[in-house]
Amino acid sequence: MKWFIDLFTSTLGRKALMALTGLFLVLFLAVHLAGNLQLLKDDGGRAFNIYAEFMSTNPLIQTVSKGNFAFILLHIAMSVYLTIKNRQARGPEGYAITSGKSSAWTSRNMGILGTLVLVFLVIHLKDFYGQMHFGQMEIVEYEGESYRNIYATVSYWFDKEWYVAVYVFCMAAVGFHLWHGFTSAFQTLGWSHPKYNPVINFVGKAFAVVVPALFALIPIWMYLN
Amino acid sequence: MKITLKIWRQKGTNDKGSFKTYKMDHASPDMSFLEMLDVLNNDLVRKGEEPVAFDHDCREGICGMCSLYINGRPHGPLQTTTCQLHMRSFSDGETITIEPWRAKAFPIIKDLVVDRTAFDRIQQAGGYVSVNTGGVPDANEIPVPKKIADEAMDAAQCIGCGACVAACKNASAMLFVSAKVSQFALLPQGQPERMERAEKMVARMDAEGFGACTNTRACEAECPKGIKITNIARMNREYFAAMLTNYEVEAGAGGD
Repeated sequence: MKWFIDLFTSTLGRKALMALTGLFLVLFLAVHLAGNLQLLKDDGGRAFNIYAEFMSTNPLIQTVSKGNFAFILLHIAMSVYLTIKNRQARGPEGYAITSGKSSAWTSRNMGILGTLVLVFLVIHLKDFYGQMHFGQMEIVEYEGESYRNIYATVSYWFDKEWYVAVYVFCMAAVGFHLWHGFTSAFQTLGWSHPKYNPVINFVGKAFAVVVPALFALIPIWMYLN
Repeated sequence: MKITLKIWRQKGTNDKGSFKTYKMDHASPDMSFLEMLDVLNNDLVRKGEEPVAFDHDCREGICGMCSLYINGRPHGPLQTTTCQLHMRSFSDGETITIEPWRAKAFPIIKDLVVDRTAFDRIQQAGGYVSVNTGGVPDANEIPVPKKIADEAMDAAQCIGCGACVAACKNASAMLFVSAKVSQFALLPQGQPERMERAEKMVARMDAEGFGACTNTRACEAECPKGIKITNIARMNREYFAAMLTNYEVEAGAGGD
């Protein structure tokens, strides 16, 4: 077991954990978006409510969901630990002048972007996940089956201008976080190859733009309608 | 040309340092950066002041000794060593700020001179190959594809100046270590110690207190020898493979 502990307490091992959990969260985002897009259907929330009921009761989905929470916590724990270690590595005295010319802004500010994403996550979990799992819900019936009306909760929040603004701003933070994070995860895992790098770069950048943009489109669309 | 120099002065490792400003009225644009500092030091000695301590040796861009953090960038505004930087890269009347490399693993010895023996200890941990003594081997006896030889030579260009550590916001040494791991991992001569090399050099790098890599690529942009971060990906592969598959064999057990 010593090798296992050595591996995951080394900087490279910890970075690999960041990368692996990060990539899992990328998958989660894609699935989450697929579900959310049903909000755009003009059916009074029927498709979304049926989907949400399935997601919150299916045992397999619920197990994966617990794993997802664990990965988020692990991703945060590793980033906090590594950030502290990285600060210490600079030493007691910092530079008087630093130039931003040699690296991209997103790559230097993953901590700030990640914190914004975390703040969003807390608000988001309280208002939607918390409401669905622990709150008082209105019940709707479709073909004799009863469902919790999470669509009503979503429309309630997405009717408020400030909420939509915060949501859209946070999606921009997610986008910038992904802009660096997606490709960075592959580099950390050692997946750098002249044949595959262009594909990873294209998919990573496209994902970072398209996914948060579609997420942000939903509250804007619902607010306007 | 007239320039103003803001230079970090520090007596010893444990002393408190601060910036001191020097005016220079007759700097030539043809001087190298280190020659300009030589002129400054001559003036200081003549005035009875302590000259500025800075590292330098070959002044040909191949030894890796020079190490100044100039205007917020290691080795200054060009992607070259400080000794190959010339005053023509600066403008007349400019204020130039000169700092030492800042890293916990590179303690300051004096002024702009830092102790980079952490790099030597990482090299000693595994940055070598074992070579048999005896008869001279035939040239080209071991086949190495041209492109692999080129990649290995590109990695081997690293002169260990530490600009990667200086440029990195995390003071990470990964570009250096990955170049040293890569130059041997690519070649047949490096295979016998391949796994131990990755394990030991990474462990030593961590023990020296260098930071982690966040793939900002600042090291690659500042490296005077153009070492690429593809080497870091290779080091990561080498390390993970070694940690996941390397095992000890009990000698004399007779096999399975």
